[in-house]
Amino acid sequence: MLKRPHYIALGVVILFTFALIKLPTRAAGNLKLAIGGVFLPLFGMAGSLGDFAENSSYSLLSRRELIRQLQWQHKTNQLSQLYFRQAEEWKRENERLRDYFNIQRQYPFKPKMARVVARDPVNWWKTITIDRGSRDGVLTNAAVVTPEGLVGRVSGVSYAQSQVVLVGDPDCRVSVLVGEDKSREQGVIAPASSSPLDHALVDLSYLSRNSKLIPGQIVVTSGMGGVFPKGIVVGQIADFRSMGYGLYKEAQVRLAVNMNRLEEVFVLMP
Amino acid sequence: MNWFNTITILVVAYLAVFAQATINEFRHLLGVQLDLIPSLVVYAALSGGVLNFTIVAMCGGLWMDSLSANPLGVSLLPLFLVGLVIHQFRELILRQQPFAQFILGAGATAAAPLLTLVLLMNTQVQPLLGWFSLWQWIAMSVIGGAVTPLWFFAFEHIGETFSYRPLNETSFRSDRQIKRGR
Repeated sequence: MLKRPHYIALGVVILFTFALIKLPTRAAGNLKLAIGGVFLPLFGMAGSLGDFAENSSYSLLSRRELIRQLQWQHKTNQLSQLYFRQAEEWKRENERLRDYFNIQRQYPFKPKMARVVARDPVNWWKTITIDRGSRDGVLTNAAVVTPEGLVGRVSGVSYAQSQVVLVGDPDCRVSVLVGEDKSREQGVIAPASSSPLDHALVDLSYLSRNSKLIPGQIVVTSGMGGVFPKGIVVGQIADFRSMGYGLYKEAQVRLAVNMNRLEEVFVLMP
Repeated sequence: MNWFNTITILVVAYLAVFAQATINEFRHLLGVQLDLIPSLVVYAALSGGVLNFTIVAMCGGLWMDSLSANPLGVSLLPLFLVGLVIHQFRELILRQQPFAQFILGAGATAAAPLLTLVLLMNTQVQPLLGWFSLWQWIAMSVIGGAVTPLWFFAFEHIGETFSYRPLNETSFRSDRQIKRGR
């Protein structure tokens, strides 16, 4: 039999829990970010320790190794400049043609680098925390990418940090395109139904039954919905099957980004 | 209530939640993220009163939810219920035995996520669950159980180091000693 203090504590905790769960989404989000702020000193300390370890490892590199790396960077830089000039020329050509055919111009996103400071401590979500927040101009729903491809979208922003929901989480569905230029099929990326906790595979659903899929085809964002810019690589078709007695197709997509090894990402700022 | 004990458990809970969010070795190795808070609630429920484990469950739950995509507050009630059950039967538990501590820790680490999922199913969110979740649940419970005796050991040593220990007084007085001689 419970004693009186037990009943009082139980009542207080039940009331408190339901009051928090029933809070409006915006208020709950703000409160969550405020409580999460208590970890900022620890995140800062962990970041400083990481930087210190990294800088210490540089001091151990030999002069010969540094010169070799510098020469390699110099060559890569020259090649990048060549590609950049070519891309600038294509951009100008693209803008001229868009003006000529009266098509609205696409404004490029400015990528801002962020460091992954934490992962979701619970097993049933796929989210990460990055060290960029509203002070850096990060906005909710901004796309997050790496050079390999799409990572996810910003789901919550505090002053110094943001929470990013990864591709494959039920809260991050992405409209994508697959196939050749003329016969591109549109579908939606959703968590993998067979293995939802696998970070490498996701499902591509809502594909028409006539879609011509080949394993290895590249899947890119369609730009629909306004969250993700068009053309960001999501992954490759790994497998596909007919569903609903052949009424539609579903494919498995192997993600281009290894979500388990994320260290640095880019937030696309408008 | 022993405030030193409560504050020590809270500091460890704070560090444990931070470690769960930043240390990913277990996730890479076993595909499982550890849950250390239920085992701390077990210790809090056996080492103090109602307020002791209530504070630990509330702070631990809020900190966990703040760093995860869980709706805020969803972990509080499960952690509190685990503490309440253990506290209710604390006189029947052999709390000094490491095996009993292991079983309690494993049971608490198994029960807390299950109760959280029950609450989550009643909200509008849809957690990612599959057959692999069963493996995660078993591994989490075993690791949670293994960690619990370590908490007991560590907190008892911290308590012994920092708390006041009364000096044992004897009835022997050197000035009243009878010296036998020839």
